[in-house]
Amino acid sequence: MDIAVFQKKKQHMTIFLIIVIGITLISAKITDFSFVHGVQTLPKAFSWMASNLFITEQSLTKMPSIMDKLIETIFLSITATTTASVLALLLALMGSHTTKVNNFFGSLSRIVASVYRNIPIVAWALILLLSFGQNALTGYFALFLATFGFLTRAFIETIDETSSSSVEALRATGATYFQVVAKAVIPECLPQMISWVLYMIETNIRSSTLVGILTGTGIGFAFDLYYKSMNYNVVCLITISIVVVVIGIELISNYVRRVIL
Amino acid sequence: MTIAKSDLLFDVKRTNAGKIKIKVWNKSQIATVGTFVALLLLTVYGFLTLDYKDVSIIEATSATLHNVKVMFLQPAFSHFSLGEAVYQLSVTMGLALLATMLGAIISLFIALFAAKNLSTKAVSNAIIVVIAFVRAVPTVLWVLIFAIAAGLGSEAAIIGMSLHTVAFLVKAYAESFEELDDGILEALRASGANWWHIVTNAVLPSTASSLLSWTFLRFETNFTVAVAMGAAAGAGGIGFELFMASGFYFDLREVGFITYAILIVAIGLELLSTHLKTRYLRSESAK
Repeated sequence: MDIAVFQKKKQHMTIFLIIVIGITLISAKITDFSFVHGVQTLPKAFSWMASNLFITEQSLTKMPSIMDKLIETIFLSITATTTASVLALLLALMGSHTTKVNNFFGSLSRIVASVYRNIPIVAWALILLLSFGQNALTGYFALFLATFGFLTRAFIETIDETSSSSVEALRATGATYFQVVAKAVIPECLPQMISWVLYMIETNIRSSTLVGILTGTGIGFAFDLYYKSMNYNVVCLITISIVVVVIGIELISNYVRRVIL
Repeated sequence: MTIAKSDLLFDVKRTNAGKIKIKVWNKSQIATVGTFVALLLLTVYGFLTLDYKDVSIIEATSATLHNVKVMFLQPAFSHFSLGEAVYQLSVTMGLALLATMLGAIISLFIALFAAKNLSTKAVSNAIIVVIAFVRAVPTVLWVLIFAIAAGLGSEAAIIGMSLHTVAFLVKAYAESFEELDDGILEALRASGANWWHIVTNAVLPSTASSLLSWTFLRFETNFTVAVAMGAAAGAGGIGFELFMASGFYFDLREVGFITYAILIVAIGLELLSTHLKTRYLRSESAK
């Protein structure tokens, strides 16, 4: 290789680094973020966490009510994910290259998926809050809409990747559209799709905490309540129970994924 | 050469009536159907137990649809100008960018020790466990917990977000490192290169493009997270404006305007990210 190539590469690298550092400094200025202060707070934050975030006997008495809220949150994310996946499957069948009905619906469903996915879940929660009020349904629909967009995209890619050859084979034998979908697309993509659904349930438990803080439902509400009343021992208990649930679901879905894929 | 009849019957399963079984249940299919049924049952049970608090679904849905119509068809800004919207968007972008940058730098070092082919098994497993724990705590909880110690504001938001970014990126980076060809490492080791030489001369150059695209992917996610942090933790930016417009002023037109603003940026980032991904990640895997 020529030495000039290396020099050029080095030049590109330097320019890239300068741009990145420039953008970082500008962002720090805009957001009023000081690196020094940020680093200084770290040890403070950790020592505060060590001295305040622990579970006491007294906080354990709150366990039953926390469990209630936690179970509500778990079911909220499961129902939102599964119902959204049904709708997402229909849209994905229209949007995928291998199974699309025509180009118009194909592009339409991709655009719909992209719009739904990119409106942050917070925006959905705040919009729904106006008419549903502080209700579990607000959380449900917020999760539903955001999940729907994400799963549509994921399903489109799954269908595109896995089933083009078997679809072609079935078409050649004269199968109808519904036969192709039922006999080739669904069976081939089902394991992948279930794995996406499981992944989404796990993600949604995390997002429903956020949605809960905004809409006053589920475990997010409980966290917010004790956080604002500065009862940090219960806050710690809630955080740990969320972690246990998320890791538990992650382990289950990892196991299922390993078996079915 | 004759073919024994038993060879032809190899692994053909028959029913009692002697018909060939077309569908043979294996572990994977049982698991698939089992998961499917379990999810179905949980969903039905979930719907039955959901606390509806006597809300009229039909009324509320039609009200939402009306709200959505007002929002998206008549967006307007009343409390702030277009210039301010752009400024608030750039604040949100700044939060996302700083969290991604800090996260990426820290992750790079940790990932080197988390990758199984560059590190020892014990260290790698220890890191993976810690990372899994950090990732399981929702970002907003990290931000709120840091907010108590550091005070509400950009510091808490950025540190909280970068913690989660680290948890995500270490996994992604470590997997990129692990995809590296063992032969390269072996050749370098044989030539007497130490760990640091291997990292700077083989690992980083050959994974740079995929690291870059993972980082950008995370930046895209962090933008959405930063919107949420503005709303939930009062870190400022467009998310906070959204929270004010919907929760305090009940100004649907402004909510619509802000949502459009977020949507435009988010879709722009997504397009850029897919472009980077197809350009770098696909070509990597095709080789």
